[in-house]
Amino acid sequence: MRRFEYFEPTTLGEAAALLARYGGRAQPLAGGTDLLVELKEQLRRAECVVNIKRIPGMDTLSYDEREGLRIGALVTAREVELSPIALGKYSSLVQATRELGSIQVRNRATIVGNICRASPSADTLPPLIADSASVRIVGGKGERTVRLEDFFTGPGKTVLAVDELVTELVLPPPLPGTRKIYIKHGRRKAMELATVGVAVTWNADVKIVLGAVAPTPIRARKAEDLLRGRTLDEKLIAQAAQAAADESRPISNVRASADYRREMVEVLTRRALQRCI
Amino acid sequence: MHLKLKINGEVRELAVEPYRSLLDVLRNEAGLTGTKKGCDVGDCGACTVIVDGKPVNSCLMLGVEAHGREVQTIEGLQHALQDSFIRHGAAQCGFCTPGMIMMAKALLDENPRPSEEEVRFAIAGNICRCTGYTKIVEAILKCR
Repeated sequence: MRRFEYFEPTTLGEAAALLARYGGRAQPLAGGTDLLVELKEQLRRAECVVNIKRIPGMDTLSYDEREGLRIGALVTAREVELSPIALGKYSSLVQATRELGSIQVRNRATIVGNICRASPSADTLPPLIADSASVRIVGGKGERTVRLEDFFTGPGKTVLAVDELVTELVLPPPLPGTRKIYIKHGRRKAMELATVGVAVTWNADVKIVLGAVAPTPIRARKAEDLLRGRTLDEKLIAQAAQAAADESRPISNVRASADYRREMVEVLTRRALQRCI
Repeated sequence: MHLKLKINGEVRELAVEPYRSLLDVLRNEAGLTGTKKGCDVGDCGACTVIVDGKPVNSCLMLGVEAHGREVQTIEGLQHALQDSFIRHGAAQCGFCTPGMIMMAKALLDENPRPSEEEVRFAIAGNICRCTGYTKIVEAILKCR
């Protein structure tokens, strides 16, 4: 790694001030499992690294019936993976988390880091969006809340200003009878980036979210509209799965061709919906 | 920066640059070269150590982040796993072995009677290019 300045602020205000002072030349550090790789491989440059792990109050993973699940910025993927309440009420998120890297990586990587990195193929994003997650953001100008669905602006790009940090994710409590599915497609079972990921949250307000087939994770809105208020049957599932494939905008890269990805959106959406019956 | 941590039960005080990984600090500053540097980007697991009871890739952690923490490396380990790896031929070239054993130790600490599937799930982030994993899985299962 190249030389960088290093700070361990103990308040959000201090962190925001440091990020503002260095402009875009500072990088926040939480889990570090992406940042350190990118610094080593010189995909990202940092004059300054701001370790936010000494800021109190951001390591909380909690649930209540009114607000739902709160995932603080320092909560690791492994903590969510092992959380009984998350498994019970946010099972598609837990499924996605189990497929993120290795246990060693998940012991460091944070869920909030996964969203801030904004990789189009990131496993946790489709289930989080399908779960209607929102993002609490703190910066030099104060606080704001953004729907996770509106958080991503492109590959690696988000609505965050340089002096802003995500402090927590909030996932509303699931409606009774909700089914949640995440299916990841890759070339091997573990240590893999998704070729396609599909998350479905099935209830009165159905959501279908596709990963790795557009510059950001996307809702398959036409497919959702076909399904809303209807009873699932094979014919309807086939129509919705095709609609989802038509809405995807994949690219060809080292992991798969665009045509293959589009085909797999149809297959995985169909399988996910079949599991909701 | 001043770094004070416990390595294998012993308090160590080291002067380290903030841009050095824990892996480099262990190998180059603490002189503990049992922990191996394979890919250096979190893919291979050869650098696995246990920090405050949790297995991590030491290449993906800054050395300074270990301040005030307890780090366990292969040098400090005395466990049935080592003998079992020898008996089952689970080490060939040996490069993955320290990381593999630290990961297996972390698994057995958390789950003393893992199934074969749970063993395979746990070592998914430890790559071995010699054994095909069969002998490694056997060696770990024999320590249940």
